[in-house]
Amino acid sequence: MVENNKYIHALYDDDDTLLNAVKVLRENKFGIDEVYTPFPVHGLDKVMGINETRISIMSFIYGCIGFSIAVLMINFIMIEDWPQNIGGKPSFTFFENMPSFVPVLFEMTVYFAAHLMVITFYLRSKLWPFKKSENPLKSTTDDKFLIEIHSNGEDKKIKALLKKTGALEINMHEKEE
Amino acid sequence: MVEERYSFNRKLKLLSFSLMILGLMGLCFGFITAPKNIQEAREVMSNHSHGEHHSENSIKNTEKIDINSLSIMYKSKKEEVEHSNSHDEHVFHQLSNKPWAALYVAAFFFFMISLGTLAFYAINRAAQVGWSPILFRVMEGITAYMLPGGLIVIFILFLSGLHLNHLFIWMDPEVVSHDKIIAAKKGYLNVPFVLARGLFFLAGWSLYRYFSRKFSLAQDLAKDNKYHRKNFRISAAFLVFYIVTESIMSWDWIMSIDPHWFSTLFGWYVFASMFVSGISTIALVTIYLKSKGYLKEVNDSHIHDLGKFMFGVSVFWTYLWFSQFMLIWYSNIPEEVTYFITRMEDYKLPFFGMVVMNFIFPFLMLMNSDYKRMNTFIVTTGVVIIIGHYIDVFNMIMPSAVGDQWFIGITEIGGFMFFMGLFIYIVFNELTKAPLIAKGDPFYGESERFHY
Repeated sequence: MVENNKYIHALYDDDDTLLNAVKVLRENKFGIDEVYTPFPVHGLDKVMGINETRISIMSFIYGCIGFSIAVLMINFIMIEDWPQNIGGKPSFTFFENMPSFVPVLFEMTVYFAAHLMVITFYLRSKLWPFKKSENPLKSTTDDKFLIEIHSNGEDKKIKALLKKTGALEINMHEKEE
Repeated sequence: MVEERYSFNRKLKLLSFSLMILGLMGLCFGFITAPKNIQEAREVMSNHSHGEHHSENSIKNTEKIDINSLSIMYKSKKEEVEHSNSHDEHVFHQLSNKPWAALYVAAFFFFMISLGTLAFYAINRAAQVGWSPILFRVMEGITAYMLPGGLIVIFILFLSGLHLNHLFIWMDPEVVSHDKIIAAKKGYLNVPFVLARGLFFLAGWSLYRYFSRKFSLAQDLAKDNKYHRKNFRISAAFLVFYIVTESIMSWDWIMSIDPHWFSTLFGWYVFASMFVSGISTIALVTIYLKSKGYLKEVNDSHIHDLGKFMFGVSVFWTYLWFSQFMLIWYSNIPEEVTYFITRMEDYKLPFFGMVVMNFIFPFLMLMNSDYKRMNTFIVTTGVVIIIGHYIDVFNMIMPSAVGDQWFIGITEIGGFMFFMGLFIYIVFNELTKAPLIAKGDPFYGESERFHY
């Protein structure tokens, strides 16, 4: 399994060259392990062939959860536990006081959707506070783009291809598992 | 380079003319069958009472009409004995207003679409947007209706000023002399001033439209970006002029129909309504032209962006609709809340149906990103939004014009059809006058390559 720990790092300084390099590598059926960029590159996910995100579906579900919790919460606070006379209309029912609850319903829906979505994103990307960064090079947080390719013993072929795509630097790298 | 030009096909021309003729017939039917005097109004009412729901509410109705228009209430309170006579007179006014109100709602609605499109166009120009220059000619086509449409609305206001109808009670000196509140507003709400204001606003909007169109066409042939920059400048200036005058226009032409009631966000509310109807119309016209083989460069990303605007502005409209409602509902001040009581009791179906059509339906249909790229979804939602906002205008005008005598029948549909035919004719006729794509725009390349 020695061979499988070897990775090739190719460094770029432009997002368009990077996009093109990713395209070329994919066309030649080389597996890209990871791409590190200082900012989200538009269209990179499509070129890399990453599955479309499903976070919008989760967002809808989280919104529904937030809405339901808001209904239960308001109903308990404003109607059951301490009935409130709202706007001089002592109806004491949830439905007839509903207009005054709409802002709270809206805010709770948005609050749940937004926060749970961020937490989901962190979990899914395996991020948490004090986590050590995985970037092989610090400059990928500044102005450089890096493609990490699993070598699979085809170093030479890949390196030749990378040179053609305009890589600044090509390095071999071994990961310690 | 072969310029792509639109030719107004015969089928569509025929459609627009038949819509106009049918619509005109519907409107004439409405005017002919409207009662000429109180006697006839009584007959209409008694005929209605036989079969329809009016009979069971007839006692409640008199009560509600009193709330509805305070001027009548003052009168009837003083002369309790003549109450039933004054009620008959009131119903007579409402029934004779009905065809006028149907005409006015439809005339205003189609005018509003083109004004909303003009605002959208100016925003795109002022922001120097990259995605939309491909649609500029479509927008310019739609805004061609603004001047004739606006003149028709002002002409109807002028006829109201001649007392041919009783749409606006503040135009009636008899009412004003018995009504302290309206009398206090006389300096602002009087026929010559309202008409002059209206003409001034329309002139301002039309001037912008004229020059922007001129510069847009000149930019097609120009070698530098001089006209583009000119267009940018006048668009920014127009937007400032527009948002002030649009507000005042909405008070004058719509809110003044309830001269006792006022809402401070009414201008915004009408703006949201015209904005979303305008954007939906742009989407519908674009998809129609595409289906006929024109505008080949328009891709699903452009449609997606229009879909996002339709979705977003529908939510914005709901926000304003609800803000206006909630504050008035919460404070519960009689002279304010009567506006919504009338609508919720007499206009239950259009009032709540409108929220379903303008909010819930587009919200659910266009929520998914992929659906915003599908023509069927955009067309279905666009049609529902446009009808929904017609009903929105209907709800703003009708309760004060005809009270609980409203009905969406031959006259109302006729009015809608007539102005739709006129709108289609003027818009598509304007589209033939210039190349369908503004290829000279400096952002045209970006717009053509645009993809999301």
